[in-house]
Amino acid sequence: MDRPLALEVRDLTVAYEEKPVLWDVDLEVPEGVLMAIVGPNGAGKSTLIKTVLGLVPSAAGQVRIYGQPYARRRELVGYVPQRGSVDWDFPTNALDVVLMGLYRKIGWIRRPARRERELALESLAKVGMAEYADRQISQLSGGQQQRVFLARALVQDAQVYLMDEPFAGVDATTERAIVALLRELRAAGKTLIVVHHDLQTVSEYFDWLMLLNVRHIASGPVAEVFTADNLRDAYGGRVAFVTPNAGSENGHLSEPQSLLSRGG
Amino acid sequence: MSTAQIEIILIASVVAASCALIGTFLVLRKMALMSDAISHAILLGIVVMFFLTRSRASLPMILAATATGVLTVYLVELLVQTRLVKEDAAIGLVFPALFSIGVILISRYAANIHLDIDAVLLGELVFAPFDRLIVAGRDIGPKTLWLGLSVGVINLAFILLFYKELKLATFDPGLAAALGFSPVLIHYALMTLVSVTAVSSFEAVGSILVIALMIGPPAAAYLLTDRLPVMLALGVLLAVVSAVLGYLIAYLVNGSIAGSMATMTGVIFVIVLMVAPQRGLISRWSRQRRQRAQFAAEALLVHLSQHTGQPEFAAECAVTHLTGHFRWSEPFAAQIVRFARQRDWIEESDGCLRLTRAGTRVASQVMVRS
Amino acid sequence: MNLGQILHDLLFDYTLRTVAMGSAALGLVSGVLGAFAVLRRQSLLGDAISHAALPGVALAFLLTMSRAPLVLVLGATLSGWLGTLFVITVTRQTRIKQDTALGIVLSVFFGFGMLLLSIIQRMPTASKAGLDKFLFGQAATLMSRDVVTTAALGAAALLVVLLLWKEFKLLSFDPAFMKSVGYPVRRLDILLTTLMVIAIVIGLQTVGVVLMSAMLVAPAAAARQWTDKLGRMVLLSGGFGALVGVLGAVTSAQVGRLPTGPTIVLYVSGIVVVSLLAAPDRGIVAQLRRRRRQRVQFAAEALAIHLLNHEGAPDAAVETAIAHLRQHLQWDESFAERVTRRTITSGLAERSNGHLRLTSYGREVARRAMAR
Ligand SMILES: Nc1ncnc2c1ncn2[C@@H]1O[C@H](COP(=O)(O)OP(=O)(O)OP(=O)(O)O)[C@@H](O)[C@H]1O
Ligand SMILES: [Mg+2]
Repeated sequence: MDRPLALEVRDLTVAYEEKPVLWDVDLEVPEGVLMAIVGPNGAGKSTLIKTVLGLVPSAAGQVRIYGQPYARRRELVGYVPQRGSVDWDFPTNALDVVLMGLYRKIGWIRRPARRERELALESLAKVGMAEYADRQISQLSGGQQQRVFLARALVQDAQVYLMDEPFAGVDATTERAIVALLRELRAAGKTLIVVHHDLQTVSEYFDWLMLLNVRHIASGPVAEVFTADNLRDAYGGRVAFVTPNAGSENGHLSEPQSLLSRGG
Repeated sequence: MSTAQIEIILIASVVAASCALIGTFLVLRKMALMSDAISHAILLGIVVMFFLTRSRASLPMILAATATGVLTVYLVELLVQTRLVKEDAAIGLVFPALFSIGVILISRYAANIHLDIDAVLLGELVFAPFDRLIVAGRDIGPKTLWLGLSVGVINLAFILLFYKELKLATFDPGLAAALGFSPVLIHYALMTLVSVTAVSSFEAVGSILVIALMIGPPAAAYLLTDRLPVMLALGVLLAVVSAVLGYLIAYLVNGSIAGSMATMTGVIFVIVLMVAPQRGLISRWSRQRRQRAQFAAEALLVHLSQHTGQPEFAAECAVTHLTGHFRWSEPFAAQIVRFARQRDWIEESDGCLRLTRAGTRVASQVMVRS
Repeated sequence: MNLGQILHDLLFDYTLRTVAMGSAALGLVSGVLGAFAVLRRQSLLGDAISHAALPGVALAFLLTMSRAPLVLVLGATLSGWLGTLFVITVTRQTRIKQDTALGIVLSVFFGFGMLLLSIIQRMPTASKAGLDKFLFGQAATLMSRDVVTTAALGAAALLVVLLLWKEFKLLSFDPAFMKSVGYPVRRLDILLTTLMVIAIVIGLQTVGVVLMSAMLVAPAAAARQWTDKLGRMVLLSGGFGALVGVLGAVTSAQVGRLPTGPTIVLYVSGIVVVSLLAAPDRGIVAQLRRRRRQRVQFAAEALAIHLLNHEGAPDAAVETAIAHLRQHLQWDESFAERVTRRTITSGLAERSNGHLRLTSYGREVARRAMAR
């Protein structure tokens, strides 16, 4: 691996109150990959992302972005939170939300100027939302709201993007559009780390994968990691396989599509 | 102690018990501030009835005030349903408006005639013993006492009769609805009782103490137990204790009785907050300290187990590595290593920590457990 | 007293001018900060803080024996903050929920304040008089030194809001994102809450602790209905606050036996009702009208489909008779009439001797609607 590491997590342990939710997680993400983080509900996916961003304190371990602690690399990181996390009735429009991605760059006290507005509009255009710039955000559909959040991350012009379930509540067309956009970003050398829930599309959308369930199960290129054994490890046997010979041949799944999403 | 004083204490205790009973459900249902809204808004009902009947006869007044209380709840829900304002704002809009009308009516048209604003907030417990209930020519005690007793009995009867419905609707409204108990009906029944209780207590202790008694003691009880019957009983007990102690202190400093009782509910809550076993702050803090060592040792085990057999193990196992990796202070690291060695989880050789078999087992258990 | 007289007094009567200016300032400040409080769902925290301020006022007086506004404001701020701290600690550290914590703070602090006040009432000093105006507010007792304190504190608070405008906006909308980009969110949160405490505290003497929260909530809730822009909402909220502040204070100063707090609350509640009903777009009336229009539009399309289905069929003559439609589609008379009219005015069909006939445009609309 000659590419630099965009994100490096070492021995990360995180506990809420007294309850550990991540145990000694290691992860290396090389620059320029489109990576999915996959694991069952409550596996700690959101927690991992939040810890990387310094939103949740870690009990032990370290996080490095391009070899430096997050606090020093902040401007390299863009974040798309889970959609349910804000009040959509807030009096603000799509453009305004995207502008928020520039606040840190604008600095204290100064207001966004024409140039920032143009940047934000460009970013909205990239996600196909330019015509909705003036819409109050509650008057957008779920998928459109998700795209506004995406545009806010884009406008940060980061190197590494962390996204928490950007496909939740999004229709198939929008999902494909977002994937296309993510690929474009990857082609531009960005690194994308995406919490994803749909096992069926993992190998289609992503080239890198981390399986997480409290501890790090496996990570690496999708082809190597997306195996029946690993999935069983991550989902604790709660994955239903329809192909009888899946899991044979040293655990490789030749056809990930034959895998149903989590059963029972 | 004079009879009047004993009667005051009795009245206060009965009112306190009654408030705590019904307040328990407010606290559990996350509607504590409905007591704030209702106990203020009912003033309007009281005043309007006063103007209509020109008397302070109890029954019509209680009915009118109860109706106002329920109206408040309904208005808040109506506002929330328009989705134009959030619930907290809706509460904050409705009751000040109703209360203001009441206050203005009083100060414009009723000043100095039996209703006065201070009494609205604080009640007139001192005068309560003078208003006697005469039945068949015999004095059987202060009116307020009998009123409080009746409402207390109604509350108790309601809770006993509908215990399982209340419990279900409080902890699992979805299931309650599925089983055919209407959560709406139970909600309004409860709000009606809150209103009735507020009105009947209002005259004696004022709106603010009604809130304090409905919320404070049940909240303290909530820190002490997980079981609903115990919580109800403890709430009542703490409420009565607040009332009695409050009265004694008011007597000592010659100050407002209701103010002093409300203060006591706060004092008792804070004491419980500090010392409650398990949920109290002190026990929480000490438990956190204890668990920190346990948790740190487990983290150490997991760390070692993840790296055992890996090429980098030689670096990861070093005692000196721990301070850097876990960001532990040296004394803390030493303490944790000692903690783990005492339990035979790890052994140390040449400054390198290795898991024992027991340690390996603990590490894997730990990861499964969480 | 006529309007002209009041206006004249407002300009030239010293006392009335003082009262009006003080109330306008406090209304403006609480309106502006109330907008943030409402958006951050802290409406009821305002209620708790204002009640919690009472013992602070009483203690400040007991300790200093002075009624200097700055002293009382300081006491109120401290105890208001203590109440907030209590709420935060209890909700973070225990299973007690926020509503319960707020209820405890507001009733216990207030009760304690009343206990202190009752003790103060019995003290022989003369300077105690007037502390009870903190319950329901008495604008008439505003003096120029109060107004100066109000204006100075209020101006400072507004200046901070102006300078940190976009930060406060982001804080209210998405604090998690804000933290991820490296803002000191906790400190900004504390700052904004402190400004809210200040807004509450400077209103206490005029509006009173019991109803002060309404001055935070109501102007903001009203303003929210008229606009979807934060800037306009905050301005409007401040404007409403100032307006009702002046109206309430002047009314209560002019009319006898009218406590200021409740008077202001009634005015502002009126504005809320009007806003909820009549605001364009969000308002209830606008919503109802929109819904009705949509219903008629939808029915008109349904009618077009009905006409299309029977076009050229043997029963067409019966089915397209206007008189028949009502019965067939089970609409009541007035609704059927409105739908028929809409069908015609929007060019879907034409009337020809008692029958409706689809236009070509109507035919197309019907086909498209069916394909949907
Ligand atoms: N603020 C919190 N306080 C306490 N526990 C929490 C908190 N947030 C999450 N948890 C717990 O931590 C665990 C991991 O949560 P997390 O949100 O990271 O899971 P996730 O993998 O993102 O799940 P999902 O697929 O449902 O989004 C869960 O058991 C959850 O209950
Ligand atoms: Mg998650």
